[in-house]
Parts: sequence; C-alpha cells; structure tokens
Amino acid sequence: MPLSPIKPSEEPAALPPSTRPRLPLDPLLALAVIGLGLCSVFTLRQATRNLVPGNPHYYVDRQIIYLVLGGLFMLVLARIDYARLRQFRNAIYAALIISILAVLALGHAARGSTRAINFAFFSFQASELGKVLLIVSLSAFVVERSRSLRERDTTVRVMIAALVPAMFVIAQPDLGSGMVYMVVAYVLLFVAGTSWRHLAALAALVIVSAAFVLVAAPAAGLNVLKPYQVARLTAFLHPSSNPEKEGYQQQESKIAIGAGQKTGRGANASQIPNGFVPESQTDFIFAAVGEQYGFAGAALVLLLYALLIWRALRILVMSKDLFGTLVAAGVAGMLMFQVFVNVGMTIGIMPITGVTLPLMSYGGSSVITTLLAVGLLQSIYVQARASAALKGRVVRN
Amino acid sequence: MSAIERVTPRDPRVPVSPTLAVRVAILGGIAMVFFGVIFFRLWYLQILTGEQYVHQADVNRVRDLPIPAPRGEILDRNGNPIVSGRTTNAVQIVPEALPPEGAPRDHLYRRLGHLLGMSPRRINTLVEDGRSAVRYAPVTIKTDAGPGVLTVLAERAQEYPGVSQQPVSIRAYPFGEMAAQVLGHVDQISEQELKLKAFRGVQAGTVVGQEGLEFYYDRYLRGRTGVQRVEVNAAGEPVPRALAPTPPIAGHNLKVTLDLGLEKEGEKALLEGIEHARAGGKPANAGAFVALDPRNGQVLAIGSYPGFDPNSFAKPLTKSEYQALLGGGSAPGRLTDRAVAGEYPTGSTFKPITAMAALQGGVITPSEGLGSGQCIDVGGEQFCNAGHADYGAVGLVEALKVSSDTYFFEVGERANSHGNVIQQMAHELGVGQQTGIDLPSELEGVVPDAAWRARQNRLELACEHHRHVPSCGIVSEVRPWSVGDDMHLAVGQGDLLTDPLQMAVAYSTLANAYMNGGEGTVVRPHLGLEIDEGNGGLVQSLNFPAVRHVHLNDEDLSLVMEGIHEAASQPGGTSADVWTGWDQSQHPVYGKTGTAEHLGKEDQSWYMCYIADPKRPIVFAVTVEQGGFGAETAAPIARLMASEWFGKPEQFVSGTSKTF
Repeated sequence: MPLSPIKPSEEPAALPPSTRPRLPLDPLLALAVIGLGLCSVFTLRQATRNLVPGNPHYYVDRQIIYLVLGGLFMLVLARIDYARLRQFRNAIYAALIISILAVLALGHAARGSTRAINFAFFSFQASELGKVLLIVSLSAFVVERSRSLRERDTTVRVMIAALVPAMFVIAQPDLGSGMVYMVVAYVLLFVAGTSWRHLAALAALVIVSAAFVLVAAPAAGLNVLKPYQVARLTAFLHPSSNPEKEGYQQQESKIAIGAGQKTGRGANASQIPNGFVPESQTDFIFAAVGEQYGFAGAALVLLLYALLIWRALRILVMSKDLFGTLVAAGVAGMLMFQVFVNVGMTIGIMPITGVTLPLMSYGGSSVITTLLAVGLLQSIYVQARASAALKGRVVRN
Repeated sequence: MSAIERVTPRDPRVPVSPTLAVRVAILGGIAMVFFGVIFFRLWYLQILTGEQYVHQADVNRVRDLPIPAPRGEILDRNGNPIVSGRTTNAVQIVPEALPPEGAPRDHLYRRLGHLLGMSPRRINTLVEDGRSAVRYAPVTIKTDAGPGVLTVLAERAQEYPGVSQQPVSIRAYPFGEMAAQVLGHVDQISEQELKLKAFRGVQAGTVVGQEGLEFYYDRYLRGRTGVQRVEVNAAGEPVPRALAPTPPIAGHNLKVTLDLGLEKEGEKALLEGIEHARAGGKPANAGAFVALDPRNGQVLAIGSYPGFDPNSFAKPLTKSEYQALLGGGSAPGRLTDRAVAGEYPTGSTFKPITAMAALQGGVITPSEGLGSGQCIDVGGEQFCNAGHADYGAVGLVEALKVSSDTYFFEVGERANSHGNVIQQMAHELGVGQQTGIDLPSELEGVVPDAAWRARQNRLELACEHHRHVPSCGIVSEVRPWSVGDDMHLAVGQGDLLTDPLQMAVAYSTLANAYMNGGEGTVVRPHLGLEIDEGNGGLVQSLNFPAVRHVHLNDEDLSLVMEGIHEAASQPGGTSADVWTGWDQSQHPVYGKTGTAEHLGKEDQSWYMCYIADPKRPIVFAVTVEQGGFGAETAAPIARLMASEWFGKPEQFVSGTSKTF
C-alpha cells in the first residue's frame, strides 16, 4: 500500500518502549470518519434549517459538538492499548446491564417509554453506548473460551449474554439496538470460528422466531412487539397499501431520494426541508443526502462507508491478537448491519427498524458510540503495527 | 485467528488462519453484495425513475391557489357600465389554520357567528363546502362585513385564529333589480356545471356567470384564472418562498344593445303601470316589456317584474333566500324572465297577424264587411265582443282600429277551411318558435293547429293510461281540433302561448316589411353588441344575421298597418286616447292593444306597437299579468317608454277602451 508510513528499512529491529515513536493512526480510517462527519454536517445544515423555528443551526451546532467530543474520545481510545480492556470484561458487561436497566426503570417511573437518561445538557441513550460495551465484553468472553469454540455450550452462552441486554433494550423500546446486539454476537461467533452447524442452527432459530413474533403471536393475541413495530417491520413489503401511516415515511423517503436524481436538488429541495420525511435528521438522514446531493452525493457517502467497513475488516485481519480481531469483527458487524439496514430502509428495500446511520444521523449517543468504536479500531491498528515493529515485521496496511 | 508467526522481512504479509480468511472473505462478500444492491437501487430510484419522483415531490410541496381574474364589465350601447366590479373586504377562513375540530373550533365559530350575525352551523357549512371545492384556498364567509366588524377582527386577530380579511373584487350591479333576469348573476361554478361544455377548461372554484348575459357571454367575461403557486410543508402550512405566479388574464367587456336610459324608464314605467292597475283593484303581480329595433333586432330595453337584486348572490345566499327567489304558491318567481320565458296568450295583439294571414291567404277581401252583431254563433257556441259591443259589419281597417272580436272570429271560422293559414303566418313572422336571442332561458311557445291538437291528445291519453289518473292536464279535454280553436287563435286566445319577445319579433317583421315595400326580415333579437378590451379597444363585434327573409304583399300589409295606426291615433281607436298629445305626424304609432283572458284570474294586459322614425324606429311589447285591459295598463307603459326614447314629455295616460 502506498500509504504505508513505515518503511522496513527505516524501522529499527527493536526499540525500548520509552523511545518508541508514536505510531500513526490508520489514515484511511481517519479519512472515512472525517468525510462522513463532514457529510453529516453539510446534510444536516440543509435538512434541519426549518425544524426549529427561529434557530436554523440548532441541529448542526449540536452535531458538530458531538462529532468533536466523540473525536476526542476516539483519539484517547486510539492511544490506549485495547487489550487492557479485557480484564475489565465483567465490569463492562455489568455497566452495560445496569445502564440499560436504569433507563428502563426511569422510563417506567415516567410511565412511558424512555430510551435515554436526561442530563442537563445531554440525553444519554444507554442502548447506543451498550453496543460498544457489548462488543468489548463479549469479545473478551469469546477469547476466554477460544479453546472450546466448537462446543454448543459456548455458542449458547455467548448468544444468551447478548440476548439478555437485547431483550431489555427491545423493551425500552429500542428494537434497532436490540437487533444490533444479536448481530454483533453472531458476527463474533462467526469470525471466531464457531462451527457452521451452530451458525446455521442460529440462523434457523432467527427465522422461526421472527415468524413467530411477526405473524403467529399477533394472530394468537400475544404481542411480543408493539403493534406499531410489527406494522413498521412489515410495511415495506406492501408500501402502497397504507400510505397514510406506516408506509408514509418510507414512501416520502423514496420520493425524496428519487427526486434528487443525478446531482440533487440543492436549494430546490422540498421533501426534507418541508418536513415530508419524519425523522429526516436522525434515522432518515440518508433521504436528505439523496434529495440534496442526488446519486453523486449518495454514492460518495456509500463509498465512505465502504472505506470504513473495508478498514474495519482489514484491521480485523491485522490485529495482533484474537481479542483485537473479535473487537474489530464486532465493530465491523455493527457498522455493516446499521449501514445496510438504515440505507435499505430509506430506499424501501428494508423494514423500518429504528437503526441509526453511523456518524451521519444526528444524535450524541449514536455519534459518540460510533466514534468510540472507531477509536477501538484505531487502537487495534496502532497496537498491531507496534507489535509488528517490535517483531521486525511489516504490517501491510 | 491472528496467530502471528515470525516471518522473514521479505514477506511482509501477516499470516492469517485459513478459517479466519474464509470467514472475513465471506463478510467482505456480503458487504459487497449489499453495496451492489444499494447502488443498483439508488441508480433505479434516482437515475431511471427520478423524473417521476420529482413530479411526486412537486405534488407534495406545491399547492396551486387560483387568483381570480377580474371579470369583464357589461356596458350599455353608449358605454355606460351596467355591471361592473367592486372591491370590498371579505371575511375569510383558512381551513388549515383553524383550531382543532371539536370544542375549540366550535367556540371560534360561536364567537365569529356572534360578531358577523351568522349561525355557527352556517359558518361550518360554508367552510366545509369551500374546502371541498378548492383545497387550501381561503373560504369567504361574509362580504361587506362593515367597518366595525373588520376593526374587531383586525385588532383581536389572535383571538380569531384562521380568520382573515381580504380585499376581494365582487360583481356589482349598480342598478339593483334593473334587467336582473337578463343580466343574470355570478357564482362559484358548481360540480354539475363543471361538466358542461360551456365551462370546458374552467377550474373548480372559479366564479362564472349564472343565467342571463353573465352565463351566455361567460367565456368572454370570465377571463383566465391565474395561479399563485404556494409551497407548503408536510403540515400544509405555506412556506415562505417566492414561486412565480401566473397572473390572471382579465375578462373582456361586453357592450350590449340596451339603452340605459330606456331600460331605466322601462323598469320605472312598468312599476308605474302595475301600481296604476293595483290602484284599480287588479292584482297586477307580474309583467314584462321588450323594446326592439325592428331593423336589426337589437334589444333596446328588456325587463321582467318581479325581479331580484343580483348583488344578493355575492353575500352568499342562504337556501331559504334562494327558495324565496324561485317563488311558489301565489308568489310569482323572481328569477323567471317573463320577456323571453313567459308563456301567454296575447289577446288582440295577435289580430294583425291573423289579418295578414287572411288577406294573403285569400280568406277575406279588405273591404268585405264582417262581424256584425254582439256575438256570432258557431256550432252552438257563442263568440262575443268584449262588453257585448256591436261594431256592425266592418272592413279590415276598421276592425283592427276598434278591435272587433266578432270580425276576427268570422275570419278564424273561414280560415279554418283554408288550412293552417293563420298558423303559417304566425310562424313566418316569428311566433311559436325560439327567436334565437342570446339568452339561455328562451322558451318556444305554441301556435296550435290540428296536428298539434292530435299530438297533445295522444300524449294525454298515453299519460292517463300510464299513470292511471283521470287527467294529466296536458289538454283540458281530449277532443279533436275544431273550428272554434281557429276562431280563438284568430283573436290571440285558446291554446296560443307566446312571449313578449316573440311578439316583438313578429311586429318588427311587419314593421320592416312595411318600410321596405313588403320585403321583410325576421330579425334575430339580440343583446350582445361587441366584445371590447378593458381599455375600450374592439375585440370582436357580434353579428346576428337575420333568421330569414319574408315577402309580404305590400298592399295587404299597408292595410293592416293602417288599421293599427288608426287604432292608436284615430278617435275610436282602442289606444288612441293613450296617445293623446302625441305628435303622430312626427312619430306615427302603429299600436294594438290586447287583453288575454285567463280562467279564474284577472285579464292580462297587452300592448304591442311600432313607432316609425327614420333614424330610431322602435317596437314595444308590454304585458302585465292580471293588469286588466290592454289600453288600461300596458299601453300607457309603452307610451312612457316611447316618450323617453323620443325625448318627449312623459305622461301616464290610461286608456279607456275595454276591448280584448
């Protein structure tokens, strides 16, 4: 790779830790993150100018703060050896469960649904941060059982460890994050090397339970999901049957994206600025991209995501240890799932599940969580390079 | 797994376990597939079918609000406006900005209703109707609300959410009831009207002409509605962004043949005549007049009583107010234009037609003395003169002068054996058929003959058989055509049904034939003169070619005209005293009174006349329902109008002739 900053000839065989040069972060990963952050700001500036009367910069200002704050966290995390987090796996998992339960309890007290704990200046969405906490703790758990990966017991335990917080999160109700948890667990097992038989059995289980939750249970009068969630999940299958309700958002989103044509509508944009697509600053931000910047803009954003995911998969392979590999796999799985489900939802090929578009969607919890995950990737990258340098090897970017 | 092994510097690759390699490759493969699907989908949405979504987005965001086009004015022949526009303030409701349905909205309607003097339910009805007619457009609740109300609304705007006041241009009829049925009125186009051919291309919500000239010349008067494009957000609220409006195109002005002075005088004279008749104990509850230029059919004045104020349609009208206009029971309908759609027997005003027919058909000779005695007896039925007068055996001229019924009964009796001579002459002159006037509500009328009678009998029998009723009322009794029918027709009674306009056309034909040595023209009466630009420039002059040309025997015609001239000028003539003091040498009057009998009602007063003038000849037709004898009520009205037309001192002289 041309961007490799370290030439083998220049690299000394070994250096004492004190004199070791600060190794650079992955520039391509940084490029993807900065690019997406800028896309988010530019898109929000147009899309949200009418959302808060008299304050057209409300959302943009806050998103910039979240991005900068998250960026700082990311830089800090990148400089920490992620491997140290392994030893805190139980504490991290406990923090995950407690924060989610706290939100649930507060929500219960408020006699309604709550996904966030409101601090004075910031409402903290535990389920978002939970994604990173789960990736770290679950990866550590899988590493611990790396010698018994083929046992059914391992598979079951890992899935249950994800299922418990997922159920709590779904009860908040935050179906999207719950699904991310399960996907993360599945991808961890997949990358760790769990047998195909187990993986196939899990996939079958997902299909059966989805059929049960969406079709059989409501028919029997048992609502596992809220009826609106079921309606949202199934609306994309028949978009025109109910354009006033569930299908409306998706239909208007498709109109917005389609109307963007090749290069976008720019100042003529109407679907998003005039509020025809609800949640266009968060879950449906991609519709705003599509309308304002057209195919060109949407393609640029997708290429940045492709870069991001490619770097995640690349860092997964580069990692100096299994823990790093698994953490990178979790992050890659999380990013892939969120990007594909979210974008698919806005263009009408996926159900509406309430999954945010990483880095693009407005929202502190989502932005900071994603940047923390990227920070983990950077840390894995840095450690892998440090380790390789130490061992006199060259890591291919 | 990242089992890292030592490698030589020459191989910079980090070895990866085969399992991991495969699985990461699968993840990468999945990512590529998904990216591929998404790219394909985006390409389809944005590039292939983007056009269609642009259209849908525009449907979402743009609401087209109509900008009403200023309607053209209606001017009289001298350019005086008869119908124009007036700007006033209207109280309007923007349905989207109303408080939510239920208590808050009811509360607003109650307060607003109290302020405007309207019931809350009426406000609600208007809003709902308006909203269904044109979405997103403000609905007018009241026009001319008065400065007090407008001040309250302006000062306490926040207490009346969704209520606004707008200057609007409304149709103004400055002369009120004058020629109301002829001018018509305007109203928002109805759903049924939208389907009419006459309104092709007209948008819902447009104000169009209803009835009369407003309807007939609507396509010239209405102009083209402009479009204000308003961008709205998802909640339907307008977004401040300037979209180029399509300005409306003002309608053209219509110049009509009416003479404002004569028209006003006609309305006034008709009222005067009616009041006179009422003073004499007659109900005189309806009437009509027409003044025609006999040379070309230009309608110089036309009117019908009772009328209505077309301004009231701008209010808008309630259902009960509209019902009152339609009339019912003993109240005559106010919307009916009796000049073109009144269906009456004409009484003796028909006699010149009978005379012309009998002379040309060889039924009589002019000097032959007929009709002696008070009555004549035909088939066991008595046919008598009015008041059982006895004029002796008289010739044609004298018979017309004194209006001898017995003379014309005998003519009718003889004519019956000559076929349909009277009917043919009536049709030839323009009676019993539509005149083709440029008004929408003209009726055809009836000139009865044997074939017509047989047809009516068949209809009556079929109806009775079909509906199982003793009588359908199509004919009073089922019987064949008889000589008596022709005798009644000869004096303008029986089953004859016509209207003042048709009679005016018939007299015009006689008059212009008289002017041209027997070469007559059945004119097409008309009101439209020309279509003008707002600034007065001519767009198009309207042409109404004659219906047909007729040839009348000049000698016969001269005798008939002499008869009715003597009737209006010589002592003993039926309307001679009405024209007392009139300069007959300057403006000779050829006039015939008529008194149509109606079963169980007061007689209908008729007067027809032609007044010769080299420059401004004119034909008048005047009738007053239940107004008494022709000379008593209708003839003086005609004299008043003639005085106005020729600039003579006006004087209401009621005639004393008690002839039919």
